[in-house]
Amino acid sequence: MMENLLNIFIKSIFIENMIFAYFLGMCSYLAISKSVKTAMGLGIAVIFVLGITLPVDYLLENYVLVEGALSWLGPDFADVDLSFLSFIMFIAVIASMTQLVEMVVEKFAPTLYNQLGIFLPLIAVNCAILGGSLFMQQKAFNNLGEATVYGLGSGVGWFLAIIGIAAIREKTRYSNIPAPLRGLGISFIITGLMGIAFMGFMGIKL
Amino acid sequence: MSDRESLFSKKNLSLLSGPMNSNNPITVQVLGICSALAVTAQLKPAIVMAISVTLVVAFANVIISVLRNTIPNRIRIIVQLVVIAALVILVDQVLKAYVYDVSKQLSVFVGLIITNCILMGRLEAFALGNRPWPSFLDGIGNGAGYGAILVIVGIFREILGSGSLMGVRIIPESWYIANGGFYSNNGMMILPPMALVTVGVIIWVQRSKNRKLIED
Repeated sequence: MMENLLNIFIKSIFIENMIFAYFLGMCSYLAISKSVKTAMGLGIAVIFVLGITLPVDYLLENYVLVEGALSWLGPDFADVDLSFLSFIMFIAVIASMTQLVEMVVEKFAPTLYNQLGIFLPLIAVNCAILGGSLFMQQKAFNNLGEATVYGLGSGVGWFLAIIGIAAIREKTRYSNIPAPLRGLGISFIITGLMGIAFMGFMGIKL
Repeated sequence: MSDRESLFSKKNLSLLSGPMNSNNPITVQVLGICSALAVTAQLKPAIVMAISVTLVVAFANVIISVLRNTIPNRIRIIVQLVVIAALVILVDQVLKAYVYDVSKQLSVFVGLIITNCILMGRLEAFALGNRPWPSFLDGIGNGAGYGAILVIVGIFREILGSGSLMGVRIIPESWYIANGGFYSNNGMMILPPMALVTVGVIIWVQRSKNRKLIED
């Protein structure tokens, strides 16, 4: 049991990294990686929201959306299949969860709230969150624990990726890059190279 | 803008052509990269994705533009997400019904059109402040600009990576080392990171042609 959870955790951080294997959350990844400090704030916020929304989406998926999930309401609902609604339900959960997380953090951890600042609301449209939910749906996890661990792991993977690129971009400011490649172009290529490096983890069998 | 303005006036046409080059959603506005890269290992899914995104952007733009004076400012994000999500569900169901194999290949990325930043970006930046017809053109233009990059990346990756185009063989079988030839596919092009490098090179080429876009 513990071993299984650990496997999912390691796998979602390194082997199925959100950025390097699936390119999820690239927009904010490229836009907010100019300095390590802000990248750190956004990364923590993503871990936070992924860790909270995935279990909620898991419950929603298994007790409301899939075929037969509504049978707890009574035998009449046993063959209702609402799975075509999953996009709209997931995005609603994500939007409201980000809002909720924002309010809770503001109330109970004002220093953290000040650090995260504008990043929290931005996360609602970060593809990594919806992507995580949809992958979770595809992988069909056995229980709530696995889904939570998968969410946290994906978040940590995303966090590591954005910290990495931000650190490299801070250094590239001092290097002599051909003018047309400066900024966006070189960031793409660096991300590609980092992705190739991360592919080294693929050989690990868990 | 006056009511008399013709449907295809110069200004309206520039909405269509701008995103193809100097205002491209991927290489200049940095929007919608997430899904752009994962679906381009082959040309066919890239084209399907490009068409889907174009349709969703165009119609979401029109709907939001029609509703723009009735949506309360505070809840506009939710309204936009609902409109987009409804359109994406339609696209998803159509793909599942008519091109099931491609829909399997695209997997979660059809759903991810919802959080594709092109959509939110164009709705916020254009549809909320413009009439339906220009918004429609803006949607088509941005979808096409996005599609153009997807197709270019798809062509390069499929030819170099598997020696075919749309599943049709381009490099003759007899060239391959296995058949006594001299050629071998570059397996690296199929791997996800090479999509990033390809887009990086496209940006490089575009910016050396159009010096105004260079960042300092």
